Amino acid sequence: MTETQNLTLVQAVRDGLYTEMGRDDEVVVLGQDVGKNGGVFRATEGLFDEFGGDRVVDTPLAESGIVGCAVGMAAMGMKPVPEIQFSGFMYPGFDQIVSHMARFRTRTRGRFTLPMTLRAPYGGGIRAPEHHSESKEAFYAHEAGLKVVMPSTPHDTKGLLIAAIRDPDPVVFLEPKLIYRAFREDVPTEAYTVPIGEAATRREGDDVAVFTYGAMTRPTLEAAENLAEEGIECEVVDLRTVSPLDREAIVDAFERTGRATVVHEAPKTGGLAGEITAIIQEEALLYQEAPITRVTGFDVPYPLYALEDYYLPNVTRVEEGIREAVEFNP
Amino acid sequence: MNVFDRAYDDPVRVLDEDGTVVGEVPDLVDDELVELYRYMKLARHFDGRAVSLQRQGRMGTYPPLSGQEGAQIGSAFALGDDDWIVPSYREHGAALVRGVPLKQTLLYWMGHVDGNRAPDDANVFPVAVPIASQVPHATGAAWASTLRGEDDAFVCYFGDGATSEGDFHEGVNFAGVFDTPTVFFCNNNQWAISVPRERQTRSATLAQKAEAYGIDGVQVDGMDPLAVYAVTKAAVEKARDPDADRPRPTLIEAIQYRFGAHTTADDPTVYRDEGEVETWKRKDPIPRLERYLRAEGVLDDERVAEIEAGVKTQVADAIDEAESVPRPGPRDLFEHAYAELPPELRAQYESFAATREEHGDAAFLEE
Repeated sequence: MTETQNLTLVQAVRDGLYTEMGRDDEVVVLGQDVGKNGGVFRATEGLFDEFGGDRVVDTPLAESGIVGCAVGMAAMGMKPVPEIQFSGFMYPGFDQIVSHMARFRTRTRGRFTLPMTLRAPYGGGIRAPEHHSESKEAFYAHEAGLKVVMPSTPHDTKGLLIAAIRDPDPVVFLEPKLIYRAFREDVPTEAYTVPIGEAATRREGDDVAVFTYGAMTRPTLEAAENLAEEGIECEVVDLRTVSPLDREAIVDAFERTGRATVVHEAPKTGGLAGEITAIIQEEALLYQEAPITRVTGFDVPYPLYALEDYYLPNVTRVEEGIREAVEFNP
Repeated sequence: MNVFDRAYDDPVRVLDEDGTVVGEVPDLVDDELVELYRYMKLARHFDGRAVSLQRQGRMGTYPPLSGQEGAQIGSAFALGDDDWIVPSYREHGAALVRGVPLKQTLLYWMGHVDGNRAPDDANVFPVAVPIASQVPHATGAAWASTLRGEDDAFVCYFGDGATSEGDFHEGVNFAGVFDTPTVFFCNNNQWAISVPRERQTRSATLAQKAEAYGIDGVQVDGMDPLAVYAVTKAAVEKARDPDADRPRPTLIEAIQYRFGAHTTADDPTVYRDEGEVETWKRKDPIPRLERYLRAEGVLDDERVAEIEAGVKTQVADAIDEAESVPRPGPRDLFEHAYAELPPELRAQYESFAATREEHGDAAFLEE
């Protein structure tokens, strides 16, 4: 029987790093406060003591330096796992991400590849200060050459993180900090991978397909349970990876239901929900019975936290969006 | 001798740790000295109350400034009425001197939208959370002043960690190239969360970074409010009205220490030694100035007690005011996103307003 530990999502991040660093000396962690402090969310706790300051590196306060140095290390074949403390502080490193991290392989016709995993906590709901709550996965999904992973459970987190570290291509790994400590799950102690690019069906149902990922998976499942009491059965698909999207899973769930709602906390315009809707239009138009509804953050700058309960999709809004998709009759 | 003609590692000092005069005392009348002292006491008391509000769940994450009052109040005191400050997120003390009410600062950390709007007559840029991102703003704003033929100076605050960011380099470099009236005031409090100053840069001082940009750089004892005042005053005057042979911009490195955590979400005992904290507490700017003012006969027990009582009332009143501001509503989410709300956004607001009407606030607000 597989040995397991009962871990929170953030502990699963830590365990994924710990497990893979123990297997592979080429894996190094670098970022602000990741070493002695163990990370501001404790995602790297104890790694400094275990692996030393050369592999768990406290850097100067400079995101472009962190990402850019990781690009250099990765080009030499190492497997750096840079951490940006909050996804809202990614932007000084954005040039490195889009101009280099995403393109090194293409530009050098495969001579160089960048097996690096850029981690950052993302998302709202924790009463954080300004610039600490955004959900901007669409920036990275829009950038060809990157893979973008957004887990929602401790088990997936460890497996996807190890898959990301082993992936020959660069991965942006966005962690839902709202649920860093929300619940625990049995997580295998050994190394294992969960495939990047594969969605997971979290709930089966025939009336409507609901697509979501990351921290929104939980309110979506709660809404689905509430709606079941009214006789609406939702198929809830946790995408887990937002680039590349699991087109097959999206199309399959839609073909069986003919109706869909997409839930994400990122703003509506230019968000992943638009892309998912387009995939359905391209591949399953004749199955469509209703307009696809989107339950998302609003198209406004993320507010100071006294307003975030209004900004973030919640169970009520998700239920409303699903009902709209289900109740539509031409 | 010009205050900027000194070695980079020779900080300007006026008072030693005991409040004894060891340098040139700036030209401030008694009332001004008492006011400087009062502001420092106010900032310290506010800080303690803010941390306590966070602990009680009445406020979100808050970045304490305790230990840094000398640098904040001393520098802000040196500005002319029309000058500006461009702060990071820890400059509540400097902002207070420049006309941002305590209530406003409380609202900001309570997550209230209105906390980000200072009164129109306060020459203060909005709080900048992303590290060093405000540095180029200070250069650009100062540049605008010279382009328009005005003579306002701009004091930009940031920490030791910020000097590692590209924005710091670009902002200071532009200031040198375009000779803008900007004072770059580095609050070197020794720690960028858990990363010590010596890990930010191999440079022996931060002040010496000015050399590479062709501007003046100077260290000051940042826990000596009179020294901070004197140096900032000289830098602001030079920014406004430079000698022919000197650049307008100045980089001031104010050596100081953050007594508390980076923010209330941080636990500094994980990464720094309690003995180090105690050593720096002996340099506390407040008792230091108080000892000097008592020795000069400007303060006595009665005056100090009066100031302490006044400060407590002022902070308590500000907390009452901030807590009595109604919770913002959905309209506040959309208002000011644009000068005019685009149709799609109006539709999003109306749709949400209808949902809220139907389900009530309890369906949305989590306590």
